[in-house]
Amino acid sequence: MSEPLAPQHGPQPDEIAQEPPATPAARLARWQDAGGVLVPVATGIFAFLIGGVVIAATGHNPIQAYWDIIKGAGFNWLAHPWNTDVATTAAYNFSQTLLQTTSLILCGLAVAFAFRCGLFNIGGNGQYLVGLICANWIGVSFVNMARPAHILLGIAVAAAAGAAWAAIAGFLKATVGAHEVITTIMLNWIAYWIGNYVFLQGGPLQAPKNVPLDVPISADVVPGAQLPVFWGIPALQGLHIGFFIAIGALVVFWIVLNRTTLGYEVRAVGYNPDAAAYGGIKVRTNYIRAMAISGAFAGLAGGIDMLGYLHHFGTIDVQATSIGFLGIAVALLGRNTALGTGIAALLFGGLVYGTTHGLQSGVIDPSLAGHLTEIIQGLVVLFVGADVLILAVWNSRRKLRRQGRVAESGQPKPETAS
Amino acid sequence: MSTYAGTLSRSRLSDPKTVGVVGIALGVLAFVLAIPPVTLRSAVWPVVIGFVALVFGIVAISRGATRVGGGAIAAGIAGTALALLAIQSSVSNLDQVVDASLIAQMLVFATPLTFAAVGGMFSERSGVVNIGLEGMMLMGAFWGIWGADKTGNWFLGVLIAMLAGGLLALVHAFFAIHLRADQIVGGTAVNFLALGITGYFFVQLYHGGNIPTGVSQIPSLHLTSASSSTFFGDSFGNLNYMIWAAILLVPLSYVVMFKTPLGLRIRACGEHPRAADTVGINVYVVRYASVVLSGVLAAMGGAYLTVGYLNTFNENVTAGRGFIALAALIFGNWRPFGAFGAALLFGLSTAVALRLHVYSDLASTLFQALPYVLTLIAVAGVIGRTIPPAAVGRPYKKQ
Repeated sequence: MSEPLAPQHGPQPDEIAQEPPATPAARLARWQDAGGVLVPVATGIFAFLIGGVVIAATGHNPIQAYWDIIKGAGFNWLAHPWNTDVATTAAYNFSQTLLQTTSLILCGLAVAFAFRCGLFNIGGNGQYLVGLICANWIGVSFVNMARPAHILLGIAVAAAAGAAWAAIAGFLKATVGAHEVITTIMLNWIAYWIGNYVFLQGGPLQAPKNVPLDVPISADVVPGAQLPVFWGIPALQGLHIGFFIAIGALVVFWIVLNRTTLGYEVRAVGYNPDAAAYGGIKVRTNYIRAMAISGAFAGLAGGIDMLGYLHHFGTIDVQATSIGFLGIAVALLGRNTALGTGIAALLFGGLVYGTTHGLQSGVIDPSLAGHLTEIIQGLVVLFVGADVLILAVWNSRRKLRRQGRVAESGQPKPETAS
Repeated sequence: MSTYAGTLSRSRLSDPKTVGVVGIALGVLAFVLAIPPVTLRSAVWPVVIGFVALVFGIVAISRGATRVGGGAIAAGIAGTALALLAIQSSVSNLDQVVDASLIAQMLVFATPLTFAAVGGMFSERSGVVNIGLEGMMLMGAFWGIWGADKTGNWFLGVLIAMLAGGLLALVHAFFAIHLRADQIVGGTAVNFLALGITGYFFVQLYHGGNIPTGVSQIPSLHLTSASSSTFFGDSFGNLNYMIWAAILLVPLSYVVMFKTPLGLRIRACGEHPRAADTVGINVYVVRYASVVLSGVLAAMGGAYLTVGYLNTFNENVTAGRGFIALAALIFGNWRPFGAFGAALLFGLSTAVALRLHVYSDLASTLFQALPYVLTLIAVAGVIGRTIPPAAVGRPYKKQ
């Protein structure tokens, strides 16, 4: 405002600070302008620090606890990566961390893709469960199918089921304007009870051998439908080729979003649905499509988890499933980008495995450390969503940059759009 | 005069909406006849009444009341089908599912939902989305029983629960109001945090074991006038204090929200914060107070669950009740009596689901999904329209 004659390209920081952007994707654009990787890294460190305070306050040594968690996650394997023998604890733990990372990547992408369309897909868990249930059904039946065809069928049906489940929310958003957060929460719980139903005593997917024992667990996926293991021993939950599917999904996510018309439309709707509609983009179609693609990622996660290492599932497992919710933290910390989601998934994968099964020492009890993951997850989501913190970082950076230019040229220059 | 009254009543009777509502009532009646205490064992009356409901529905639709008419047709078909199912089953099974204690049990399950839903109403009416109800409830559930255990006094336990829920709500309020974070993201974070904090401290303070038995419990109110043999006595004679508190909370919150200047201020902040600010209402203060109140109330619901009903705690004890409360709030169109009605409906469905075990575990399990399906149908606009406050979810920045 001090330079009325200067061309005004875009809103100035002061104006932006007044009105928060309307859609999540527009907020995201702000986040990406603000501080590059600085904010998510700072967020992560801050969350871990507070987690450390909690550990210390309850009478444990935080440094020792975090070191144990790092070892539990097998991150110390990276120091000597030539030793791939899973007989060593570090290599085995790291392979298990990657196993968690695999599904977290896909669950993170499920949240991220919808986010880029301006939708908050909180229903990843339900879509994951639906995919997992369908994969179990396919994997248990069609015993005589050829292995590649059986695997492909299982994965395809899982992804399709997840897509259909999420598309319900997209459809309701597009037709009657029902808020996707509400509908996906409801769909989560419907999937939860369906999951409890199918594996229950007498349920359609309970294994025949478990019926007389009254054990609510499904049959094992037949060997012909199990994903090949490339690192470790299949009987000990080796790392399966689903890992490469997840990496491939990251690439597909990036290409679809940044190099296709579909992705362009999705992002346009995400930034500003009104402007997109004015530009001739069918907003409603994009809502349904984005939710379906989103759900396909989560359903895929459920499918490859089932065919890859779970092989069977029970009602207790359904009740304990929370990986879809973890996907929210992964996507937000990774700023809904392909690379960020991959890195955040590795971090949370390590956290999940390192605080539970991988944790060895007696400094912090695994049952205690498992909840630490939830606390850190909550803190990450809390801080990463705080606009004003990020705005403050952004504005101070811009101010610094402007001051730098002033110092360079000796006189103020008009701000140009970046 | 008399002719005027005559035309009025006639026009009301022939109003398609009335026809539709009568049709819905008949559909329900068809089912009620087949269950205790009436327990008709012949299919004739339910089928006839269900058919009449169907006809009423068609008449209503043909005269333009499509929504109510559709409801009447659905009620007619569903009522008849359920009645036929009930007639197929044995009387002893039916008596186990439907008896006077069903109402008491419905109230038990509806109470946590009512507290949380009314709390959520305050928050959302003031313009802050509260998806964190589940987390606030969980905080109340854990810290309530911890307080009751340590102090040996259930009342102090409930107070500690309210404090814990209020504190978590304060975190949500701070991020939503001052930091202008996305309120849905913030609420999600609050849920994760509560899950982590309660789980962590449960393991830390009770070493992953159980809460010791004999923790001070919220007592029940014994009504001396109602003897236990009557229907009324079985239903209302022996209810927990917190259930009565929840029932009293509903009209109280209605009066506060819709009949006082304070309620008008809260609603103004949720509908048009800029206008509210212009006339001198401090939007921030109102929103902070409303969000914290929502946390306090949700925590009371959680405290009832552990200190009043279960008398123990286990990890994630609320198990999605906060989300059902959210559903009840939406189902009840952000109004106290509407939310209470939805909470009763969802409580009834939970109570019935537990009783359906006498038929089959499978049916009982699947039945638990009913509240979520109903809410999905409700937000889809099939049953009336749900209208949230206009400015809900939008951060407000003072000028």
